This record gives sequence, structure tokens and C-alpha cells, in this order.
Amino acid sequence: MSALYILIIVSVAVAATFLAAFIWSVRTNQFEDQKGASIRMLYDNEKVKEL
Amino acid sequence: MLLAKEPSTTDIPMPKSRMANICYHCGAPCITANIAIAEKLFCCEGCKLVFEILNERDLCDYYKLQTHPGLSQIKTIRNDKYTYLDNEAIAKKLYKFTDGNNTIVTFYIPGVHCSSCMWLLEHMNRLKPGIAESRLNFTTKEVTIHFAKDEISLRQLVELLATIGYEPYIDLDDSSQEQAKIFNKEKLYKLGIAGFCFGNIMMMSFPEYFSQHLGMEHQYAQLFRILNLLLSIPVFFYSASEFYISAWKGLKQKMLNIDAPIVLALIITYSRSIYEIATGTGSGYLDSMSGIVFFMLVGRVVQERTYRSISFHRDYKSYFPIAVSVLTTEGMESKNIQDLKEKDVVQLHNDEIIPADAIIISGRAKIDYSFVTGESEPVTVNTGEMLYAGGKQVGEQIIIEIIKPVAGSYLTSLWNHHAFTKNKAEENNENSAVHILSRYFTYILFTLAAITAIYWGIHDTARILPSVSAMLIVACPCALLLSSTYTNGNLLRIFSNNGLFLRDAPVIEQMGSIDHIVFDKTGTLTKGGGKMATAGHQLSEEEKEWLYNVVQSSQHPHSKELTKYLGYYESVPITGWREVAGQGIEAYASGNKIKVGSAAFIGLEEDQNENASLFVRINNKVSAYYLLPVLRDEIPQIIPQLNQDYTLSLLSGDNDRQKPLLRSLFGGKSDLIFEQKPIDKLRYIERLQYEGKKVLMIGDGLNDAGALQQSNVGITLADDINNFTPACDAILDAQKFQFLPSLLRLAKAQKKIVLMSFTISVLYNIIGLSIAMKGIMSPMIAAILMPVSTLSIVLITTGASSMLARHFGLSLKSL
Repeated sequence: MSALYILIIVSVAVAATFLAAFIWSVRTNQFEDQKGASIRMLYDNEKVKEL
Repeated sequence: MLLAKEPSTTDIPMPKSRMANICYHCGAPCITANIAIAEKLFCCEGCKLVFEILNERDLCDYYKLQTHPGLSQIKTIRNDKYTYLDNEAIAKKLYKFTDGNNTIVTFYIPGVHCSSCMWLLEHMNRLKPGIAESRLNFTTKEVTIHFAKDEISLRQLVELLATIGYEPYIDLDDSSQEQAKIFNKEKLYKLGIAGFCFGNIMMMSFPEYFSQHLGMEHQYAQLFRILNLLLSIPVFFYSASEFYISAWKGLKQKMLNIDAPIVLALIITYSRSIYEIATGTGSGYLDSMSGIVFFMLVGRVVQERTYRSISFHRDYKSYFPIAVSVLTTEGMESKNIQDLKEKDVVQLHNDEIIPADAIIISGRAKIDYSFVTGESEPVTVNTGEMLYAGGKQVGEQIIIEIIKPVAGSYLTSLWNHHAFTKNKAEENNENSAVHILSRYFTYILFTLAAITAIYWGIHDTARILPSVSAMLIVACPCALLLSSTYTNGNLLRIFSNNGLFLRDAPVIEQMGSIDHIVFDKTGTLTKGGGKMATAGHQLSEEEKEWLYNVVQSSQHPHSKELTKYLGYYESVPITGWREVAGQGIEAYASGNKIKVGSAAFIGLEEDQNENASLFVRINNKVSAYYLLPVLRDEIPQIIPQLNQDYTLSLLSGDNDRQKPLLRSLFGGKSDLIFEQKPIDKLRYIERLQYEGKKVLMIGDGLNDAGALQQSNVGITLADDINNFTPACDAILDAQKFQFLPSLLRLAKAQKKIVLMSFTISVLYNIIGLSIAMKGIMSPMIAAILMPVSTLSIVLITTGASSMLARHFGLSLKSL
């Protein structure tokens, strides 16, 4: 049953990764402008620089 | 998409052969074929100019992404409009960052509407060398530009934006938006953490649910409980914090809002869970607690959707220029409007607003007071007479002397009225039915808890604490909160899809309790422009042809109306064409002298036909043209509909020329009051409220601002929702005016939906509890039922509100 300890650690760690990803996406303003990104990706000439 | 520009041209009668002639830049119909480059036609010189600039810089991809993406450039921008940006003290307020040369600014650009706009604004670096890069936030319509100040000044930058058709809206004291963003992020963090903890707590709780059947080793049981406890710490102390803050705020004002009993339930649940886990007597209720917090947070995020590109809080300052040109002994100087003093001499251009009460020193003043009084016809003011702040000069430039500071003027004194000092949003929230219901709920709960305590006090004192705490945990009014937030969230979404944008959720409830509707006339019931009618000499076809050729190249609004009215004619040679600003046009066609313009210009006595907007004299025959305001198309349909359920009134700043028409529309019961000043409108609403009426005011201009603020719900009708609207509770897209009756009915249904879903969840709880008390239900089923009951509230509320919306003929999809 000691496998359970590892399993718990792994599962919480995986969930924590997703939480970290979510917090990162909020912090880097990815929820600020959802419409704009969908348009920007269609421009095909030069790349728009990151701010 | 909602923000798509509507070319407001559907009502222009155009001969079929000309239908294809639309402006390559903005898509508006071209009245003339004279403005063109190769095959491409333009409606005006402005549009052509934009095309030329873009063509020169190889930016014509702009036209490939969308057809006719531009904004009409008919309204030209004066050369020195942005002189004040050369004033470093003013410019500094706009900089987000500057190191003396490299500078970052953010502008709000109302005109942004499509992918072409975005493409162009993000390729600004190709237009002028000094611009390093630009990035647009499409949702908020804010463009952030990095530029080198030594190469391009802020003024040049703004003027560049204006020439390519994206004139920014500049507001120097708009600090509230930044705060809103930080607040919004905080909410998302709380939500994410609550979700993470809730999911993991549920997972760790499963062994506990199954343990009755399978048995579980004690060491594991305790491990899972301790892990749950750890996971619940951020939920209880961080995610739920806004409930504590709101409850505490309420209590401080001696108000028991819905958050108070919720917080009580949270605290009791949490402390009892800790006690059970510490003593090893049970597993606590951490799964339910974190679940409820998570769902309540989701509800709040859904309900508090904000329309970041729309502002509900603009006051008179947004209408005023930021700076004006003051004449000093050293010449002209740009002066911040707040710094204007008495005796300052100000130069005022065509279309500029008078910043403070003043006396006219020189120039022909024709003042449009429609902002202030609602009266749409401009008035002529002679030298030495008073001008009032808020009026707009039409025609040539004039020189005025300020006699009162800006804050002391007649118009701004309206803002000192007490209607503007109260916080409507807060007041609405406090009086919300949800809080009142929860208050009753709490009183009943405390009574029951007291009875239980007394009962066990007599029979078995050891059971007082467990039974009372169990009761408080179970009877948490979170179902009520969930019902109302999810209903409001869905309704806000439906409203915005149908062109009504509310400031916040409590406005829905206010809208539902309305019993009296007050309309403004000019701009609300009637639309801009209007219908031409003629009197005097009736023109022959040949004369019409001449007249068409004379007026078609003029940019004056009256000329444009006249061109539309005449229809299309072939071009004939015109000689000696001359336009006198603010007065009229003179020209010769086939040797016939044609004069178009004001009475004085064509040589008539002023008092003849004073209501006519425009006169035409061909040789010696005079005809007068009237521009009659026309009711919006939907009005004849919606007024009788609203008349069935509400008492209606009409307040107009105009004279009562159209009273008979309006009387037949409104029926005999309604008040139709004319020549109302802004303060009269406010007082009228106040009087209705004193009689116990709940008043909805629909207006459009600054002259309605007082009434909108005083009313229970103030709706601003806007032809372009991104335009400047006075402070209000909601903004209605004028193209969706016909949905107003349905929207009001839906708002009325909100309370019923919340109550229905609350009743269902209470019944559900009672049934669940009684089964649980008999000890038949296994913990696993109980644990599954908790999220299921929450889910059913979400489904019932959103389902019922969407169904009703469809029943009322509203659209559910975003446009």
C-alpha cells in the first residue's frame, strides 16, 4: 500500500502544474484580450513582436 | 460581431444603377463619382487621403483582410485640435513610461472594430519612422505604442492616428480602469486555487466514502483527512476572503447582507471539520465547503462580467475639450480647461464646445445648445451677449471672454445636485431582493437554532453543539446566492447579445421593478438627420439637376441632406462655385445664379420662414427646405407595447411643434412636456419617485444626464455604443431599440427565476436531510448529491432564463 504515497504525491503534483500554468496565464495577461490573439495569428507576413 | 460598424446608409434612396458605387475605404455610398483613384471610388476626400497614405507605405493589406474596413472620414479634424499635446505638462499625464526619448503611451480608440483595424494599428511602425512598435488590445480597444519622442511628438502621433481614421479618445483623469484590471485578476487567482483545492479534496475524500463497504486502514484514513485539511487552508483563508470582506462591510453599516450567513456557515463548517479531524471522530465537511466556495466564485465571475470598452461613468468633463486656445498678449496659448480663469479670452472653432459661461467678443456665433437644453436648432447670438457652457459653435471661429470659471457655470452646477453625490450602484445592491430574502432566512434560522439549543439543553446538553452546528451548516443560504448569481450572469449575457449593456447585475432587478418610463425626445425617439420638406417655389427637373451639382461637393450636413433628398442627377458644368463657411454656397449653372444657404445669405428678411433650415434661390425664385426630425422606425411599434404595462411620459428640450404627432402615438394618458431644461427633467423624475413610482429614464445626451442619474434605471440610447454617453446604468444600442419591451419583460422575470430555483433547492435539501437523518443515505451518495444539487441550480437558472428570452423573441447568440 505504500505505492499510495507516491501516487498521491504524483497526482497532486500534476494538478499543481496545471494550477501553476493557469496562474501564469492570468499573470501574463492572456485573459486580457482573447479576441485579439485569434485575429493576430492569421497575419501571415512578418511576426508581431512580443511586448 | 457586435462592434461591427453599421453603415448607416440603408435609408438613402439610391437609383439602382448607382448601388455599386460605394466607398473603397469605408463602404459608405458615394454621392459623387468625382473622388476616385483608378477604379476605386471614395465617398470623401478624407477616405481618399487615408487610402493614399496606406498605398504609399505598402499597407494595402488593410483592404484585403476585410472589404471596406475604414471609418468614414467625412467629419474632418481641425488642424490645431491637438495643439495642447505640445504642452509637456498635459502630455506627461498620458505617458505610461518615458526616459526622455523612448516613450510608451496607451490610447483608447473607439473606432476599432475589425481585423483590418488591428492589422493597421499593429503596423504603425511602417507609417512613420519614430514608432517602434504598437500593439492593440482588441477587447478593450486600447493601443499601446512605443515611440521615440525625438523623432515623432505625441501630437504628431495622435494626428497620425486621426488621419488614418483612428482618432483616439483622450481623457486625462481615467485612473479607475487600471484598478478594475487588478481586481479582475485577483478574482481569477482565487477561482483557480479554489478549483484546484476542491478537485483534490474530492479525490482524497473518495476513500472515505467507500470505506464503509471496503474498510480502510486507519493510518490512511488519517493521512487523507490531514491532506484535505492542508488543501482547504487556501480555500478558507484566500479564495473565500471576498465573502468575509463583503459581510464585514455590511455589518459595519448595520446591514445583514447575504454574505453574512454564508460566512457564518463557512466558519462553523471549517471549525467543526478541524475539530472532527483533530479528535479523530470524523472526516469533516471540507469537500462540501470547498465545493461551495468554488461554485460561488464561478457564479460571481460570471455575474460580474464587465464591458471594458464601454464606460458608464463619464460626466460632463468627457464632453468638454481637454484644452482650449487662449489668446494672451504673447499670442496663442493652449490652456488646460481646469486652469481657465475669468477674463481669459478664448478662441473657439467650428464644432467646439463652450467650456464655461462667457461673453462673445467677435465673430458670428451660431450656438447649438442641444447638449444643454435638447433644443436642436442652433441659435444666433450677437456680439456682447452671453454664451452658456455646453453650447457648440457651428460655423466660423469666434472669440469669447470667460466670465465664470468652468466649475461655476450653469451646466456644471447640475453636477452639484445631490442626485450625483449618491452611489447608485451601492444603493441598488443593498436593496436587492437577495439580501432581503437572506435576511428573513437568517432570522428564521437563528430562531430554529435557538429552539434546538433549548430543546437539547433540557434533554441532553452534550448534543447542543453538534446539532446546532449541523443545522447552521446545512442551512447555508448558498443556494440562494448561487441561484441569483447564475441567473444574473446569464441574463447579462442575453441582454448584451441583444444590444443592452448593463453596468452591473443589480440593475436587472431595478429594471424588473419599473412602473413608469420617461422618454427624451430629440435623439431618443427621433433620429439624427431627418426628412427634408420643401415650401415656396417647387423646382423643375432641370433646376434640381443644377442644384444637385452645386451642393454635392459640399461637406456641410445640410448640403448632404439636400443631396440625399434630391437623388441622383448627371453632372453639368458649374462655374464660380464658392462656399462661405457657416452661410452658404453660391455658383452658376448654365448661366443661372444659384444660392443655397441661410436666409441672410440668399438675401431674405430673417423673420420669414424662420423654421426653415435652408433656403435655395435660383435666379429670383426662392424655395425653403425644412429638416424635420423623424421618429426612429421602431417607435410606432414599441410605444403602444410599452403603454400596456407602464405609464409613459415624454420630456423634451424642444418646442412643442411635434406635439400632435406624439400625442397620437402616446395616447391620452401620458404626460408630454416640452421646453424642459436638464434640471426640470431631473425634478420631474424626482417628483414621480416622491409619488412612489419606480422610474426608467431613456435619454441620449448630456441634457438628460441629471434625469438619468436621478431615475431608478437610466438607460442611454446610443447610435454607436462606443461614443460618449452620459453616466448611466445601462447603454442600449439604438439599432436594437425594438427589443426594449422584451428586455424589460425578461428583467421582470429575473426575480421569479431566482425564487423558483431557490425553492427547488430548499425542497431538495429538506428531502435530502430527512433521508440523511433516518440514516439510510450512505456518505458516498451524500457526497455526490452535493455537487449535483449545485449543478441543478446552474442548469435550472440558465435554462429558465434562456427559455424565457427565446419566448420573448430575443436572440441568445452573440452577434
